Amino acid sequence: MSPAGVGGARVRVEGVHKAFALDGRSTPALVDINLEVQAGELLCLLGPSGCGKSTLLNIVAGFLPPTRGRVLVDATPITGPGPERGVVFQEYVLFPWLTVAQNVEFGPRLAGVEAARCREIAARYLDMVGLREHATKFPVQLSGGMKQRVAIARALANNPSIVLMDEPFGALDAQTREVMQEELSRIQRVEHKTIVFVTHSIREAVYLADRLVVLTSAPGRIREIFSIKLGEARDRFAPEFTRYESEITRVVKEEVAKVRE
Amino acid sequence: MIRVAALAGALLVWALVAYGNLALEVMNPVLLPTPGEVGALAAVQIRDGSLAHHLAVSALRIVEGFGLAAAAALALGLLVAVYTPARLALEPVIEFVRPIPPLAFLPMFLVWFGLGETSKVAFIAYTTFFPMFVGTGASLLRVDVMLLRAAASLGASRRDLLRRVVLPAALPGIVVALRLGFGLAIFVIVGAEFMGADAGLGNLIMEGRVFFNPAQIVMGALLLGALGSLVNALLLMTERRVLRGRALP
Repeated sequence: MSPAGVGGARVRVEGVHKAFALDGRSTPALVDINLEVQAGELLCLLGPSGCGKSTLLNIVAGFLPPTRGRVLVDATPITGPGPERGVVFQEYVLFPWLTVAQNVEFGPRLAGVEAARCREIAARYLDMVGLREHATKFPVQLSGGMKQRVAIARALANNPSIVLMDEPFGALDAQTREVMQEELSRIQRVEHKTIVFVTHSIREAVYLADRLVVLTSAPGRIREIFSIKLGEARDRFAPEFTRYESEITRVVKEEVAKVRE
Repeated sequence: MIRVAALAGALLVWALVAYGNLALEVMNPVLLPTPGEVGALAAVQIRDGSLAHHLAVSALRIVEGFGLAAAAALALGLLVAVYTPARLALEPVIEFVRPIPPLAFLPMFLVWFGLGETSKVAFIAYTTFFPMFVGTGASLLRVDVMLLRAAASLGASRRDLLRRVVLPAALPGIVVALRLGFGLAIFVIVGAEFMGADAGLGNLIMEGRVFFNPAQIVMGALLLGALGSLVNALLLMTERRVLRGRALP
């Protein structure tokens, strides 16, 4: 654990293939994915539903082994889940038997950090997501947006160098969703984690991404990679924003159309 | 409040039916004891200490048998949950023995363990083990894989996963399994004490039958109901403490 609690690691996806057995036949889900995520970069994975973007994230998280290829964090190949890769799930997946603060302390406690220090860490990250006064509540007492804030605080409190986010705002209403995007982008300006962010929302991806990877419809291949040069604190109504949005929409629509055929 | 009123209501219905029968003699009043008769009998048996003795003997058997079975069910449930070969080996055997009504084996328990305490305790343990084992095993096995993933990506080792995720996540199911097991223990103690017991609530009821004392039978049954609901209330209280945060307050 780096003492500053800031900064990311590089992720390399090398020749990853993934096939699932379906009705006794091997069905490809991901084909020949090669990708490098720079330290401190926010990379969005975008694609039609079923294209394998969540599968790719699960492989990077270590939840699924690739059929071929490998994933490296800095220079080390991964073999399973690990605390240097924090994960934020769409359904939050908080521990329902623990309070908000206990959820956030979960990682540091496992790492053997002493109790008083754990409480400090929890307080700091709950402050960051604006939930300090809810520390003693249980997850069931929170709204969806608040739960996802806790999940983000829980992932960050463990000081991972990489944060993997699987459609984290997908279950939230439109307004909450934009607020959460703004908070994530604000937090990222402080924490500089390496973030891989899966979404099917083009607007969300253009708002957040340094680079944006569009996958083809199933089986997923890399269709195109866009660098979003909009700087920090983006304006969703700026003309350049809209230009990225419409260009990427055109590419994604082509892929969606292929599924229909 | 509603609970108390409902209990009072049930008592009232019994009183109306029993005293009504006493007046109208629809059936022989001896066959339908009134609350007063049962109360008077209870007062006598409380005074001479025999009621307390029967209750204590049954309660001890239940606690011992249930305790043994709960410990075994938890241990084996855990083993089955973490070690697949154990599950594959144990499941068919247990699933074969489980559907056999335990009462079919009661005579064998008397032969194997004698007429003393051992046979009753063993019989309760045997009967209550199966539902508790199935319940604990299933709740431990059915822990949401997403919770395990979340913990693993926060750095949890296999041991951490078991202690900090699997056990707390399975706890609600385990508590329900224990409640079911305890209910069953009260159910079968009567059967066990019907055969070759010299004390206990089942024996009390049997004695009521042999000496044709319907009031005593009813009193024994009411005591079993009281014992069962008292323990259930205690378990529910524990459950609520254990499960705080799981349901809306």
